[in-house]
Amino acid sequence: MQDLLYFSQQLINGLTIGSAYALIAIGYTMVYGIIGMINFAHGEIYMIGAYTALIAITGLTALGLAWLPLILIVALLCAMLVSSSMGWAVERVAYRPVRGRHRLIPLISAIGMSIFLQNYVHLAQGSRNIGFPALIEGGFNFSADGAFEMSLSYMQITIFITTLICMTALSLFISRSRTGRACRAVSQDIGMASLLGIDTNRIISATFIIGAALAAVAGLLLGMYYGSVDPLFGFIAGLKAFTAAVLGGIGSIPGAMLGGLILGVSESMTSGYLSGEYKDVVSFGLLILILLFKPTGLLGKPEVEKI
Amino acid sequence: MAANNIRHALFCAIVTLIISFPILGLSLEAKGVNITLSGAKTSTYVAIVLAAVAVFVFQIFRDTFMGALGKLPNLNPLAGREPMEQNKRVKLESWLLTGIVVFALFWPFLVSRGSVDLATLVLIYIMLALGLNVVVGLAGLLDLGYVAFYAVGAYTFALLSQYTGISFWMALPIGALLAGLTGMILGFPVLRLRGDYLAIVTLGFGEIIRILLNNWTTLTGGPNGIGGIPEPTLFGMEFGRRVKEEGNTSFHETFGIAYSGEHKVIFLYLIALVLAVITALIIRRFMRMPVGRAWEALREDEIAARSLGLSRTAVKLSAFTIGAFFAGFAGTVFASKQGFISPESFVFLESAIILAIVVLGGMGSQLGVILAAIAVTILPELAREFSEYRMLIFGAAMVLMMVWRPQGLLPVRRVQITLNKQG
Repeated sequence: MQDLLYFSQQLINGLTIGSAYALIAIGYTMVYGIIGMINFAHGEIYMIGAYTALIAITGLTALGLAWLPLILIVALLCAMLVSSSMGWAVERVAYRPVRGRHRLIPLISAIGMSIFLQNYVHLAQGSRNIGFPALIEGGFNFSADGAFEMSLSYMQITIFITTLICMTALSLFISRSRTGRACRAVSQDIGMASLLGIDTNRIISATFIIGAALAAVAGLLLGMYYGSVDPLFGFIAGLKAFTAAVLGGIGSIPGAMLGGLILGVSESMTSGYLSGEYKDVVSFGLLILILLFKPTGLLGKPEVEKI
Repeated sequence: MAANNIRHALFCAIVTLIISFPILGLSLEAKGVNITLSGAKTSTYVAIVLAAVAVFVFQIFRDTFMGALGKLPNLNPLAGREPMEQNKRVKLESWLLTGIVVFALFWPFLVSRGSVDLATLVLIYIMLALGLNVVVGLAGLLDLGYVAFYAVGAYTFALLSQYTGISFWMALPIGALLAGLTGMILGFPVLRLRGDYLAIVTLGFGEIIRILLNNWTTLTGGPNGIGGIPEPTLFGMEFGRRVKEEGNTSFHETFGIAYSGEHKVIFLYLIALVLAVITALIIRRFMRMPVGRAWEALREDEIAARSLGLSRTAVKLSAFTIGAFFAGFAGTVFASKQGFISPESFVFLESAIILAIVVLGGMGSQLGVILAAIAVTILPELAREFSEYRMLIFGAAMVLMMVWRPQGLLPVRRVQITLNKQG
């Protein structure tokens, strides 16, 4: 019983982190699916989302707003707005001019953008990490007769529910709306889509905006969950989310969700049963292994090399 | 059209405001457990508004502006000239390189100790950048975990000297060989991956090495690092005031000159210089050998190169191993120069800096890479008051280079033969 509770605790923690990873991974996977580049700066967009959310929460509290759901929703909207604008601007400035060139050129440009954004926040907000207030406290506790207590906090529940809402909304958007249909068309064949009258530049911008908005949601949730933010906060999370996207099969949205969950669980199992220090090693090792043995990921379509 | 233009410009200006105002204009401060929000200086707000106005104006006159910019190169008198003849160019480049080396040989005796120390660091970066140039510039493999091999070289020397008391000269080949071996072992499975996947895998590998160094406390000392790494000796002569190891003599006593701390610094600088020159010469040779041609062929067109009978794995692996080898070289010198190493020196940013040097210099071009390494290391030292903006400018420079001049400042010219028309 004791062991089972411990195991379920790790599972819950893993699913919590994993669903947030999935939110970030969507940005990677959608961009890759459409223009075939790794948006290296996506982790920084997520970090900016977390900072904006924290700024909004602090500002609203200082203005005397007390009703928690309102604060959170306004902060979320602010973060999404700023991150989406950032995502749009980054695409316009750093990616659109180099689109269609050799594969490494957009990637180097993206690395440059990532360094730039990291230092932009670093210079404006300082390099020290800043505590994120725990606004949602408490939770359910389950305990057996033993000493170990399993807990499912309200924060974790919030993360699950928010992720679920975002994912459902995204799926509906992609499958039902006109823009969503255009997105799918562009990701299948960009040249053909533009022949059929789809404004591909607009669709690519839309992809960046959607990805950035979801990253901002993850930024608010994970910032609150971890309890602090700093300018380097996006780098590792971005890598993890990229791993999740690759794990699920890059270019596939359900794959990103699945990959995020698997990555989150395997990470929390490592820290629960082995050692917390090596959890990053496990996720990077996982990434290397997948790329070596199944580069298409779990749900991805095999890519045919065209001559 | 005009209304559309203004709408777009307005939109861009608003986006500029949105992305700059919250981050720049409101700064978070932690006071105990409470976090407060404070406004920035008025000048910051003015700058934000000015930036938005600038974006607005630029977007409105975008077409005229870009058109004018397109005509600018015509003003450049050198633009339309014929490229220099191949052998003339090679000659000029080798004269220039020789000149730099001769100047570098005598230079440390004229300047202060601090500058010589900095110059040693520049030389280490030159070695690293030359090595990465083989991998990224010549073979076209984007390696984002290059710093891992640097770390292997540095830690090999540090650990061997700690446990077996090995000297610098013994550690130099061992560190480089081990780094090369690591490169080969890592390269073997990953080199069949496509370009951008390879980049991410090498990045993951670099992070794994750093995390291992950080957490394997019993061996590597974890975040505390390893200290007391010995300095190089000259034929058994030490450069300290007192001889540390039995059987050695000290440099100033042998030659009967007064002890000076500068001897050691200059000696290290000269070692780094010699090693950097050796690195450059070896790689220069490689570039002219069949294997060097094969690297470039594979970079330009993998399918064509393979159909001509090149083994993809062997060619890529050789580039990867040679790149790693020179990183190990540089790592040993670095460990010896610092006397202390910790995982802090081997973060991803370091890989990005070396990559930026290669990109700025012009991928594949040795002279360009050397000049870029000098510029990237020295400029932030010269502009100390701007040093905190260093990385910001770095990132922006990387993006701008990719947008405007992806071939780098001094791009390598291809060796080419034109066929004359047959009579």
